[in-house]
Amino acid sequence: MRIRHHPILDFTAREPLPFTFNNKPFTGEEGDTIASALHAAGVKELTISQTYHSPRGFFCGIGKCSSCLMRVNGVPNVRTCIAPLLKDILVETQKELAAPPTAPYIGPGKRMISTDVLIVGAGPAGLCAAQQAASHGAKVLLVDENPRLGGQLIKQTHKFFGSLQERAGTRGIDIATELEAEIRKYEQKGLLSIMAESTVIGAYEAAEGYRFGLVKRINYQTQLFDVRCGAAILACGAMENMLLFPGNDLPGVYGAGAVQTLMNVYGVKPGEKVLMVGAGNVGLIVSYQLLQAGIAVDRIVEAAPTIGGYHVHAAKLRRCGVPIKTSHSIKEVYGKSAVEGAVVMQLDSKWKPVPGTEEAVPCDTVCLAVGLTPSTRLLSQLGVMLEYIPEAGGFVAIHDEMMQTRIPRVFVAGDASGIEEASTAMIEGKIAGCAAAKALGYQVRAETLAVFIDEVGKLRAGPFGEKPRLAKAKIEALTREQHV
Amino acid sequence: MSEYQRTGVLSRGDLLQMPSEAQLEKGVAFIECVQEIPCNPCVDACPVHAISMKDINAPPYVDFDRCTTCMKCVGVCPGLAIFVIKVKGERAWVTLPYELLPVPVVGLSVEALDREGKCRGWVKVTRVVKAKKTLLVTVEVDRSLAMDVRNIRVRA
Repeated sequence: MRIRHHPILDFTAREPLPFTFNNKPFTGEEGDTIASALHAAGVKELTISQTYHSPRGFFCGIGKCSSCLMRVNGVPNVRTCIAPLLKDILVETQKELAAPPTAPYIGPGKRMISTDVLIVGAGPAGLCAAQQAASHGAKVLLVDENPRLGGQLIKQTHKFFGSLQERAGTRGIDIATELEAEIRKYEQKGLLSIMAESTVIGAYEAAEGYRFGLVKRINYQTQLFDVRCGAAILACGAMENMLLFPGNDLPGVYGAGAVQTLMNVYGVKPGEKVLMVGAGNVGLIVSYQLLQAGIAVDRIVEAAPTIGGYHVHAAKLRRCGVPIKTSHSIKEVYGKSAVEGAVVMQLDSKWKPVPGTEEAVPCDTVCLAVGLTPSTRLLSQLGVMLEYIPEAGGFVAIHDEMMQTRIPRVFVAGDASGIEEASTAMIEGKIAGCAAAKALGYQVRAETLAVFIDEVGKLRAGPFGEKPRLAKAKIEALTREQHV
Repeated sequence: MSEYQRTGVLSRGDLLQMPSEAQLEKGVAFIECVQEIPCNPCVDACPVHAISMKDINAPPYVDFDRCTTCMKCVGVCPGLAIFVIKVKGERAWVTLPYELLPVPVVGLSVEALDREGKCRGWVKVTRVVKAKKTLLVTVEVDRSLAMDVRNIRVRA
């Protein structure tokens, strides 16, 4: 299941790492997560449904859902999709729910960190926010759940759209490397600290500024940190949407992010033949990435009557012979212990199934690219005002043009502030980074912010910017309403 | 609604510009980017300013007379939507961006595919240029296929 040859990425074999899974010997590679090593060895079943006793595989592949929890070296509930594979570890399927801990907190005593700006999430928005805040003199702590910085950028083999300022024409993976190199300079100067494999687990009351609980994972154990900061930028991204259909929990039904992560970060094939659900930009881009990794895409089904993503992405697939079926959707997935195929069907103009149009599509992977929902749990806990805005992908924090929420010095940026794409996320991050520094008394030129605001407006000006434009207009209207 | 929004395949009528016979003989960059999307690296990549846009969301416009077929735009386009076309008599040369495996080499026979991925015959690769990780592959085709061949399939 390993990808060894790729037109864009380098997946030459790395140091083998032996480990044990359910009492059997396995071998992964340096750089694998536990889940990617198991997948590469053909193991897709990671957990068992406690209610239905049916097999489950992972879904999100990026530490957001809980379909991959396993016991590692005796530690229960390890998120194996983001937990690095180490030599000689013991991995076990959890037959039942792990017993809750009896001690109030297991692990070494908490440590304190104080900083000017805490940035949660080191994707395009978080990296740009960190760069801007640090360049204006603020002390920054940048936190990310994953072992590598860059968020979803590190999975993007395609060259980015947008303008030169946002590195258009450069591949996402290369943008991640460039942005990381920039912030590492501030790290060397002592202006910025980076904590990878760390999760901000909650916001707590503080006499002044803000206080967050942070958990850093070290060899499947955790270290608790008590973080005090003057401002916070929540750039925690989004979660993949699920679709309701029979069989949607069978191993082999993956979110688009999981498929990208497996094949483009870890060099592991999600399967040999894929049915893609969704012809938005994500569905189209991931389909092409599958072809690049040498994996067949049987077809793309899209419930809407038109292709939602850019025509140029669709054209690349069509000229490779991949059919795109608009007004078609998935009815069910079949298979005993993993996906063996799916049934697709045609939809009428009212999005209702047309009887007699069912068609079985044999495949071992069903990839869902049916939209994202902003991650707002930390915002919600902070008491930030959230509103349901369909064009933004769900509940989002009401924020002003400077990306500040209704709570002073708490900012949002990127998909967490409404689903969009990486170029606008980068500019939103720059705005939030500058605004946070400014709110803490660091000097930020008004023109700097004006340029960013102008750029993001231009990127949203076309027909494909209609949704975010509508979303941001609604958010702005609500901000004004609240001020009255 | 245009048909291509449903199928992903452009027809002649969807294309915004068509070069003249004389321009095709000289050789032109031909951009199959008809939607208003926020993207403009092709404009910046062109050393002779033959590509222009009203604003970042507008579709690109090519000054075919000015284009020198240097292929810089072909290598930079994120949508892999730019081709270079040159004709001479009954023959034509189509240069296309290629980011798949296996990699073609000069002299190899490959399948010429159209916008729907249908094979339109076997053709010879006449040039392969590397633009970072994108290969710019030129194939020699029959003149009648110059406006149809947009991809290749390389058999391992």
